[in-house]
Amino acid sequence: MTDAARIVIVGAGPAGVRAAETLVAAGLRPLVLDEQSRCGGQIYRQPAAGAGFERSKRTLYGFEAAKAHALHSTMEALLPHIGYQADTLVWDCEARNGQGGRLVALHDAREQNVPFSHLILATGATDRVLPIPGWTLPGVYTLGGAQTALKTQGCAIGSQIVFAGTGPLLYLVAYQYAKAGARVAAVLDTSPLAAQARALPKLARQPATLAKGVYYVGWLQAHGVRIERNVTLERVHGERSVTSLAWRRADAGNGDEAIVETIRCDALALGFGLRPETQLADIAGCRFRFDDTTQCWLPERDAAGRSSIAGIYLAGDGAGIAGADAAELAGRRAALAVLEDLQCEATPDAHHEETASLERAMKRIAVFRSGLEAAFPPPFGRAASWPDDTIVCRCEQIDAGTLRRCVRAGEAKEINRLKALTRVGMGRCQGRMCGEAALALIADETDCSMQTVGRLRAQAPVKPIPLAAALGDDALAAIPEHARDE
Amino acid sequence: MLGTPDRQADACHPCDPQFVRVAETRRASVSFFLDGREAQALVGDTVLTAVLLQQRFVRHSEFNDEPRAGFCLIGACQDCWLHTEAGERIRACSTPIVAGMRLVTRARASGMNCDGDRAAAPGDGTAWSGER
Amino acid sequence: MSELHHYDVAIAGGGLVGASAALALARAGLRVVLFERRYCGAQASGVNYGGVRCQGRPAEQLPLAMRAREVWRRLPESIGIDGEFVVSGHLRLARSEADLAGLAEYAHMAAEHGLHLELIAGRAFRTRYPWLGSAAIGGSLCETDGHANPRLVSPAFAQAARRAGADVLELTPLDDVTYDGARFQLSANGRRFSADWLINAAGAWANTIAQRFGDAVPMQPIYPNMWVTEPLPQFITHNLGVYGGGIYARQVARGNCIIGGGRGYGDGQYAQPSSDTTRTVMRDACALLPMLREALLIRSWSGVEGCTPDHNPIIGASHRVPRLLHAFGFSGGGFLLAPGVGEVLAELVVSGATATPLAAFDVDRFVPAAASLPSITSS
Repeated sequence: MTDAARIVIVGAGPAGVRAAETLVAAGLRPLVLDEQSRCGGQIYRQPAAGAGFERSKRTLYGFEAAKAHALHSTMEALLPHIGYQADTLVWDCEARNGQGGRLVALHDAREQNVPFSHLILATGATDRVLPIPGWTLPGVYTLGGAQTALKTQGCAIGSQIVFAGTGPLLYLVAYQYAKAGARVAAVLDTSPLAAQARALPKLARQPATLAKGVYYVGWLQAHGVRIERNVTLERVHGERSVTSLAWRRADAGNGDEAIVETIRCDALALGFGLRPETQLADIAGCRFRFDDTTQCWLPERDAAGRSSIAGIYLAGDGAGIAGADAAELAGRRAALAVLEDLQCEATPDAHHEETASLERAMKRIAVFRSGLEAAFPPPFGRAASWPDDTIVCRCEQIDAGTLRRCVRAGEAKEINRLKALTRVGMGRCQGRMCGEAALALIADETDCSMQTVGRLRAQAPVKPIPLAAALGDDALAAIPEHARDE
Repeated sequence: MLGTPDRQADACHPCDPQFVRVAETRRASVSFFLDGREAQALVGDTVLTAVLLQQRFVRHSEFNDEPRAGFCLIGACQDCWLHTEAGERIRACSTPIVAGMRLVTRARASGMNCDGDRAAAPGDGTAWSGER
Repeated sequence: MSELHHYDVAIAGGGLVGASAALALARAGLRVVLFERRYCGAQASGVNYGGVRCQGRPAEQLPLAMRAREVWRRLPESIGIDGEFVVSGHLRLARSEADLAGLAEYAHMAAEHGLHLELIAGRAFRTRYPWLGSAAIGGSLCETDGHANPRLVSPAFAQAARRAGADVLELTPLDDVTYDGARFQLSANGRRFSADWLINAAGAWANTIAQRFGDAVPMQPIYPNMWVTEPLPQFITHNLGVYGGGIYARQVARGNCIIGGGRGYGDGQYAQPSSDTTRTVMRDACALLPMLREALLIRSWSGVEGCTPDHNPIIGASHRVPRLLHAFGFSGGGFLLAPGVGEVLAELVVSGATATPLAAFDVDRFVPAAASLPSITSS
């Protein structure tokens, strides 16, 4: 049974690497495809090889250096035992009713078909963003983007930077920048300190992680970095690029009494947590469910990571934000599920204790994560306060007023209809940067929950592909006779 | 004079670099072309980094011609696509800079120095403007 | 016992055909109810290519097409929006001398129907269209044709019908429909309705209703594949098609190029684009429009469309059940026609006849002449 198995893993971050490791240990040879040039995903992202980058892992990854190193070394050791193709964009997935399927990919400007019998999607996450007026100005980046610039390019995103939004990444990236000698003008957290205090019991379930978070905040304070909480972000100012950020206290009363403070800066790092990259799971036909904790739609999976489609497994942040540690566990657990389903093991219970232990560990982390969401709630409910001229869809330049008018006219109260009528989510990023904001707007206008206003459907290609990529392929058939329309 | 903080902040000029190198400056140099003029980057820089060390934009929005300078830096937001002079499409944040690359951040490659004015309207000066 | 609501006309299907019929009938003062199981204009009506063209249609469709084109001209007055309708002209491309001959013959026939086409070839063609690939050696231009945005137009007809007084019920699938000898009895969402007339405009699913009355036709679902590029500088000046069929392309005001061609996959209910077709069409599109070599593809989609053996729609009265009208099976060419079909259906209801010839669209035309099916008076 295993000789017919063709196991493909999409993503070489923590989840993908641990899944590959688990399969190799069982004597299998998976194929790992990754969009990046080097393994590590986002958190353990590596600078380009052979370019003369010198900083140590300690400098790059701080407290996570050991984990980063372990992951990179693991992958290194796996290379002779796996298929591995980096720089590969998987842009479509055709699943055949639980009988495997194929991935459609772009590598080196050429198109590829990659058949699979079993597929592990470990596609990771991006920053979760919400708009503020002026956020399309040059100089505004995501928190993850700011971190990537520093980690992989040795660059700060500006010379005087405000960090704003909410979530643990806010403090981590500000800390990393300050430590690297960049000028951190302020850290503005939209969440109140009270939310973090209330969440402490859950956060205490991962004491080491909590301690790190507390450390970053403490370090920033000790080094004189200004931290403000319970902030409402008002507007990014500037003509051709960022020159300042205006903000006020969230509870400062309304209208004229609220004191708006302006901080001079030439860059803003903005983020409100993370959102999973679920497009391939969607296109493959996996069922989705609404997750109350994170207020977003996630592909259904069992405790082992099996999706609603036989032969397709989901692991890591790409199926639900849980962090790098959970991703490593989930990658291993999903691979064990593949082995179970392949009936690979001598005894069906060979890994029973371990799978139980993995699942328990993931459950503990899940409690911690729900604490994080409570400690740093993304301000979806503040959608009503976004001025009409706030750009929501960056790609198509669609503002909040346009969306509101469409909903108020009774023309759309569901996200796919709103997209069809206003073009929100139709641009190059296919809703990654605007989807949640649009949902929050509809929910606010219709006085409904985020869950009831629909789910933006993914469409192939999951990222833009150049038309020219089809030109090198002589094997392409012509459009069949019966399908020639005028 | 850029003495006072006010002047400093308000004088953000599109030709100032957006990014600032804080580490890893001992890499080999590589030269490339940006809107027709030669510029320097370091081996290992992405196209985005290379461009943003020269100026504060990588492209302009099709819909209101306002400048854009990337956003997510991890290949998700698709806000940093630009062209080479040969017409190739490049996602700047995920493409390494290569010696001799000829990048276009304005619709028409201009050999003049950057003076912050609005980019030429899309379609100007191309061979394919066709009829109205 | 639940309340019974009575209407003059019940319409099954909230696509462009059903919605335009609802609008025309409501404006004629009739009480209309329309049942749409999901959202109006979200199926084929909303995801089609968006071509608004008379050129290329067979002779039997031209009178209806020309009539429909008149409705398009009055779109803003009729539905309150322009639906991004652009009279860009439709250029039907020839790839060979034989194609050019075919286009000339077609132009001759079309002129008899009042549709005027201009043939361009050779040097004049190359000069005028430098942005077309070399495989295109000439074309036939219909200046009055164009394209529009189906995502806007189709729901707008439904909204206009509502404003005109029709009861347009979305998220309301028809559970049951029968004819009791005098009226149509319908039930949906636990409510009961009756109507003097029934219009079957249920698109790719219309056979479900047609069957109940013995009017099933050999219609198959097809899944035309569509793509859209990123916004590009304006260069495609007409809605483009190829003589003999293949790919078709148009460019919208915002700059995106919409390309259609080939087939996706589906199960009769839902459609998905095909990556194989995507690659074939990407290659063909680059050959047809070399500038696309520098463009990004950002999205693909497909939809479920009902296709008949002769690619003509079913429009007209049932021969078995009185006051039952069918209008479906547009085989990929319904977007231009639908607003005209709505008016024709309204005429049939109000006055029992229409000046627009419908014989070629008869619901029974696929039934072998010798066989006669028993009529169904109730089901």
